[in-house]
Amino acid sequence: MHNMTFDQKQSLYEQLGGSPAVDAAVDIFYRKVLVDDRISSFFDGLDMDTQIAKQKGFLTMAFGGPNAYTGKSMRDGHAHLVRRGLNDSHVDAVLELLAASLRELGVTEPLIAQVAAIAESTRNDVLGR
Amino acid sequence: MPHIEYAGVKVELQAGESVLDALLRSNFPISHSCKAGVCQSCLLHAPGQAIPEKAQDGLKDTLKAQGYFLACACHPGGDLVVSPPAADLQVAAKISCLQLLSENVLRVRLTSTGPFAYRSGQFVTLVREDGLSRSYSLASLPQENHLELHVRRVSGGAMSGWLHDGATADMTVWLRGPAGQCFYVPGAPEQPLLLAGTGTGLAPLYGIARDAILQGHTGAIWLFHGALDDAGLYLVDELRALSDRNANFQYVPTVLRSGGPGEAEVGALDGAILSRFPKLSGWKGYVCGDPAIVNSLRKKFFLAGMASRQIYADPFLPSAA
Repeated sequence: MHNMTFDQKQSLYEQLGGSPAVDAAVDIFYRKVLVDDRISSFFDGLDMDTQIAKQKGFLTMAFGGPNAYTGKSMRDGHAHLVRRGLNDSHVDAVLELLAASLRELGVTEPLIAQVAAIAESTRNDVLGR
Repeated sequence: MPHIEYAGVKVELQAGESVLDALLRSNFPISHSCKAGVCQSCLLHAPGQAIPEKAQDGLKDTLKAQGYFLACACHPGGDLVVSPPAADLQVAAKISCLQLLSENVLRVRLTSTGPFAYRSGQFVTLVREDGLSRSYSLASLPQENHLELHVRRVSGGAMSGWLHDGATADMTVWLRGPAGQCFYVPGAPEQPLLLAGTGTGLAPLYGIARDAILQGHTGAIWLFHGALDDAGLYLVDELRALSDRNANFQYVPTVLRSGGPGEAEVGALDGAILSRFPKLSGWKGYVCGDPAIVNSLRKKFFLAGMASRQIYADPFLPSAA
């Protein structure tokens, strides 16, 4: 079936500006994460380059872009944090900082809502439920 | 588990073991130092074989293509036949100068016997006749006719002990490399540069600062060197003279403990920097030396607004022996 409107519509990732938008967002987002007392302890002592790369992966996924995230990788990647007490309140904090970062970059509320929905969809995997 | 063949002997990897661990366990004297996939001392050769990507992280593309890899970071999925680096990967060099710059920092100048292209601030692997190898950053400029390393005497250190006490001028050593991303990149001559380091972290910074000046950098260049006390500072006169000759270059030595009326600022290195420059957006940063301080500084620079991709960090990992 050929659908003109579908063909012409840009993906969320394209509307957000693709990989340059991820680059622009990652520093703003990661700075917020590092100074937020609710969640910063989960990031203590980690190598910054590795962390930035991971945050880029996360943002690319939340922006609807090409990514290698799977439910399993989300679970495996966060299991050690769940053992340290990672819970819903921490996921809430991350989602809040993500939205705040996008607002800072001038992203419109409807697009922020779409990003938030994708990020939200990983909650149960992140928390190992 | 996969088998590693070296010098005709097959060694089976044990669970979790790297290729380096397995070969050392079998008493092969594989040269190594940081055991963290960084210093490149444990470079081995396995041409045409399946090498895990992680074991080639940080290697030059030409080395990757030839099948070189880092033994300490190599956890292969299948058997490998490995050998030491080919002789043509090393350049012989003569020690031309050994000079104490402070109580425990030795300036080692080398003259390579063949071409050795590098950027100031990159590091080389210095290999002694018996194969002992350690990595050191380059403080010299490619235009100079010698390579310069700053070697701190490490307690019980095999290479630093030898360089301080045993080596003499005209001895031959070998060089591999260079490697590392910590160097001046032309293209943004007006961007302010922030160079910060402790101890012999000054070596790459001294090279990078002079390279930037030589390449016509017009923006401000600030070099902060931190030490425990005055005895830990070195090249103070050279750096002051460099600052006198170049209006855009500023040098700030800092010490944690004041031993009297020294000229260094007393206090923490990060405080000296951030009190002057609380906002670092738009800056490029180079941070070298002690790993804990490097990681702390780069996080502070980042939080002060420096873009993550503008921060070049070179933590000096100790030899894991």
